[in-house]
Order: sequence, then structure tokens, then C-alpha cells
Amino acid sequence: MERWQRQMERTGNAPSEDLPTALVADGPHGQVIHATNRAARLAGIATGARVVDMRAVCPELRVEYADLAGDAQALKRLSLWARRWCPWTVVDGADGLILETTGSDHLMGGEAAMLTEMEARLSTLGLSARLAVAPTWGAAWALARFGPVRAICTEESCAADLHALPVAALRLEAETVLLLRRLGLKTIGQLAEVPRLSLTRRFARSALEMNPPMRLDQAMGRLAEPVASVEARAPILAQARLPEPIQDPTAYVPQLCEEVCAQLEHQGLGCRQLHLVVYRTDGEVRRLEVATAAPSREPVHLCRLFQDRLERLDPGFGFDLITLEARRVEPIATVQTQLGGGGEGGVPLSHLIDRLTARLGPRAVKRPQLRESHLPERAAVWAAEQGAGATAVQARPIRLLHPPEEVRVLYAVPEGPPAQFVWRRQTHRVVRYAGPERIAPEWWRDRPGTRLRDYFRIEDQAGGRYWLYREGLHEDGRGGDPRWFVHGCFA
Amino acid sequence: MTGPGQVRPVALSEVFATTVTDAAAMGFVLARLPKSAAPVLWVQDRLSAKEAGQPYPPGMGAERQLIWVHVSHSSDALWAMEEGLRCHALGAVVGEIWGAPKALSFTATKRLAMRAEAAGVSCWLIRRAAPPEVSAARDRWRITSLPSAPHPHDAQSPGVARWQAELFKSRTKKPGTWRVGHDRAADRIHILAPGRDGAVAAADGAHRKRAL
Repeated sequence: MERWQRQMERTGNAPSEDLPTALVADGPHGQVIHATNRAARLAGIATGARVVDMRAVCPELRVEYADLAGDAQALKRLSLWARRWCPWTVVDGADGLILETTGSDHLMGGEAAMLTEMEARLSTLGLSARLAVAPTWGAAWALARFGPVRAICTEESCAADLHALPVAALRLEAETVLLLRRLGLKTIGQLAEVPRLSLTRRFARSALEMNPPMRLDQAMGRLAEPVASVEARAPILAQARLPEPIQDPTAYVPQLCEEVCAQLEHQGLGCRQLHLVVYRTDGEVRRLEVATAAPSREPVHLCRLFQDRLERLDPGFGFDLITLEARRVEPIATVQTQLGGGGEGGVPLSHLIDRLTARLGPRAVKRPQLRESHLPERAAVWAAEQGAGATAVQARPIRLLHPPEEVRVLYAVPEGPPAQFVWRRQTHRVVRYAGPERIAPEWWRDRPGTRLRDYFRIEDQAGGRYWLYREGLHEDGRGGDPRWFVHGCFA
Repeated sequence: MTGPGQVRPVALSEVFATTVTDAAAMGFVLARLPKSAAPVLWVQDRLSAKEAGQPYPPGMGAERQLIWVHVSHSSDALWAMEEGLRCHALGAVVGEIWGAPKALSFTATKRLAMRAEAAGVSCWLIRRAAPPEVSAARDRWRITSLPSAPHPHDAQSPGVARWQAELFKSRTKKPGTWRVGHDRAADRIHILAPGRDGAVAAADGAHRKRAL
């Protein structure tokens, strides 16, 4: 109702607050009242009654259609907005929100202060709210709708607080409520005093919404009712329970992969990370982890990732439970690459990278990332992902020694290139050279005292082309004599 | 088909470096890789990376995508190369194997050669500190650095790289020795003049063209 009022205000044709207005929805026997404004309530319009009856009570009633789908959307958005108070929120029915505030109420200065703040915040949105704090979902539902304003209920006071509330507060269907009233059970307290055995027998076969003892247990906290957040997703998991402990899981992995992939396909997802866990009979757990470069849900491919690693799994005295779980999942779209429907020949590139990574380890398979740095070893680093960056303007070698290797040199002039150098016990005579190219240390990253480098491209008597550098200058105050290194080779 | 300037040999080729630290073999392979945007799988065993250095992308042309695989054993390197040859999206597979390990037998090279031909992906083996033992490689080269061409502006500094390329065994071409220059800007190899090899020097260009 309030959402409708605000929408009307926004479009500029809001009716007066004093005009009785009602929103209607289609019922089984014609239109029924879905929501009313204050004027209509005072005029005696009851929610859930038929519109024709209410027209008789109040002829000047203005009737508008309710937007139920829009309400549900707005409530869902509101449930996410309500995460400002606690991390775990869920939509409850068509008109309620459940907030799991355990452990977060003290941030707002206690439960009473938190409720006050919630009401104030919601009223700035133009919404009126009925709030209650209770240890269970059922009790909170009951107190918010039938209890006092901003009711706060603790574990101990739960039974007493609910005692006087009508049985409709137990989230029961109208027929069940009517039945209980006919039995003379009007309040929750009266219901709780009835011997449990007879009640249970009476309602043994009924569903939860028509089962007063079970609803009572939920409200009192004797029956668990967890709050499942909207974002919490059920794990994508496949299990194999074995009658006898075994040592080798190889035979079961394809089946598990297929089950996981079927679940992934059902949800339109692909996995980036798979965990295989074996539960050993001696109380230990061993796990294997594989990752993929691109989201995948092909059982054959995922199974092959485990192929070479299963033997590294320590089975101990055997295990009797294997689980395979897709940990990181990402949505993938099915893409048709060719008009005929067939795929490209061979293995996709991402599968190749997965296979290499699975067998050789993530540190063995790398791609270059070019960075903006003048220092050669920082200008290109090896990482898991390809990255583009600035390309070198100066001549750079095609091979880089890591780390640079120190050489002994014979000087011609102190600041110039060497006349001759000994590297790996071989004497190279410098025939031609280019340089120096001076690369200063990056003071914002290097330690103080790092020396500058003068790079020379050098060709020796046999035609070998090397990249030498002199670290430091004579008497630059950063250590003794400069040292010479070979850093790379040109083609 | 021409001699060293041929662009895309879809087969296994072996390149021997005469000295360990000579990067001419790698430069020769780089110059003959297909000029496409497809990534190149570069497999190195541990000793190759330690003794001869790692490939350095800024010097290799930044537009070339590279997947660098660094393994400790030559058997793993051969496995990675074989896996790479199953992937048709790759531009080429290059492997650097140090010495003459047992894993690199005639059978292993034969497998590589057949896979390369089946996949249509060129495969190169760079060998260092290795004798040219029996192998199923379709072409076998030996590449040596030569003193570079004179620099057009600076007599002091090294100019365009020059190599001696010796094709000492080939299934489809006539073996020979060429002195080649590498034009880095255009990324192409050009033949300078016939080498001192008698057979090649005696034959004129027409004869060589037919034989190759």
C-alpha cells in the first residue's frame, strides 16, 4: 500500500490520505482486498474481504489493482538493503523479512536500539514496519504481527511472550486456525497446555502449515528452522560411498565427474576449481585440488586433470567415502563455433593449459606479463595470466640469464666497455660494442644503496652477441669497484 | 620451398647450437615461426634455462603470445610438447632439451614428428651440448653466430645479426650451408652468399631450387 502511495505521489496524482483507498487482488470468488490505507481501515474495510461487500460498507471506496510481482521484487531488494544491519537476511513470505542479527546487535547498541534504528530507517523509505526480536523464526513472526510494538523476546521469556498470542500467530493456515478455535484452543498458551500426545495424533499426517504441534516446536526452538540466505548456494557435490575401504579411487572419478558436470549443466555453470576429498578409515582426510584456466563442465576433461595426480594421494589403510566438489563456479554460455555444429579440431587452448598445470604444477606453466619498468628483469615477469604492457624501445636480448652471471673483465677505459671478459672460464675478446645504456635504480622500489647499471651490447671475436652491464661507477660511494655481469644473449 | 627462408615447415625440426651460450639457434627458430597471433608453447628443461637463460619476451617481439613451460626433467618436457601438439590452436611448439637424455630417443622424436604432421603445428627442438644422434626430425640444422653486418651509422657497434645455417640432414631438401642475415625489423631471413661448402657453391641457383 505504501509503495503504491509513493508511486502515485511520484507521478503526481496521489489521492488524498483521507480518501479510503484499497488495493485489490484476484481471489477465487472475485476480487478481494489486498491492502488498505488508514482512512479505509477506519471506515471498516477488512483485508481479505470481497470488494463488493466492502463497497456496500463504504460506497466511496477507491479501488486499485495491487502489483504483487512488483511487491515481491521490492521486498527482495529490501532484503539486500537490510544487510546494512546484519549479513544474513532472507525474504519471509510475501510481506516479511527475517534478519539473523545474532552477534551484530551490539554494533547498533543493543537489540532495542537496533529496532529503533531499523524503524527510523524504514520510515525514511516511506515504509511502516512491525519489528520484533526473538530467538526463533516462528517466535519473531508471531511477535512482529501479533505481539507488542518492538517486542524483544529472549530464550527464557519465549514461552511466556507467546502465551497470550492467538493461534494464528503460529503461521497456520486459516482452516487449521478455524479448527483450533472450534476445539476451544484460542491462544498459543492453551495449545501448549494440551497433552502433546493427543495433539500429535490428531495432526500426525498434516503438512507443516496445518500442523500446530510442529509449528509450536518451531516457535519454541525445539525444531530447527535455519535461515537460508538468498545468496547461499547449495554446494555442487557428488559422493561415492563404498561398501569396502579401497586404496585407489581411479575407477570412481569418471562417475563423480559426470555427476558434478550434470549438476553444473543444469545450473548453467562451469567450474574453475575442483576438490576431491577422500575420507580414510583411520580418521584422516586427504584432498586433491585441480583448477582450470576457463570454466568447464566437460567430464572427460575434468577427469583427465586428476589422472596423473591420483597416485600422489596417500590412501593410508584405504578410504570408504569420496566426494568431489566444484568449489569455484562461474556461469558459462554454450557457444557454437561452427555452423555445422561440430567443434574445432584438437584440444582447446584452455584445456591444454589445464592439463599442463595439473601435471607439472601451477609454477611450471607461465605467461609473460610486460610491465612498465626500465629494469630488464622487471619489464617482463612470468605470471599465470598473459598481460600486455609497454614494449621496449631499445634493443633487448632474446634470452635473459636469471640471475645475471658475474664476469671478470679487462678494462680499456674505466667508464667504457671492457676490452675482454672471462665468462664461464672462456675468454671473450670484445670486437664491437654499442652503449652504454644507463639504467638507474628504481628508488621507489629498490633498497637504498642500489647501484646503477650501464648496459653494453657486445660482440666477441666469434660473433657471439652478449648483453653486459657494469653495476655502479668508480667511486660512487656505494661499495667498492664496479662489478660486471652478463645479463643476456642477442640472436 | 626455399632454403632457410621457408616460413612454415609443418613437421619436427631440430636445431643444434654450436655453443651453449650462443643464442643464434633460438633466433633462427624465432625467425622461422609462423607469423600469426596464435600462441607459441615454449618448453624448457631446467638445465637449458639455467645455462642458456630464459626466453625474454621484450626482445622477441611483444605481439607474440607465449606460454612458457619450465620443467625439471626432459621427459616432462617431451610430454608437455606432445600435449601441446594435440592443441590445434597453437602456432608452434618449441622445446629446449639439454644434452642427450635417454627420454629423447628415436621413438620420442618419431612421436613428436608424427604428431606435428597430424596436427599441422610446426614443432622445433633446440638442442644444446648434444651430439647429433639418430633422430626422426625432418630437418636438422646447426646454427652458428657469425660476426654481424656492419652497422650503417656506427662502425663500432654490432649490426644486423648473421648466422651460418647448416642443414646437415633433411628428408625433403638437399643439405647445404648458407650464410644468412636476420633482418630483425622485418623478421625475415635472407641468404647472403653461398658458403664454402663445395657442393652448394658449385651448384647454381637454378639447380639448388630444383633440388630443394
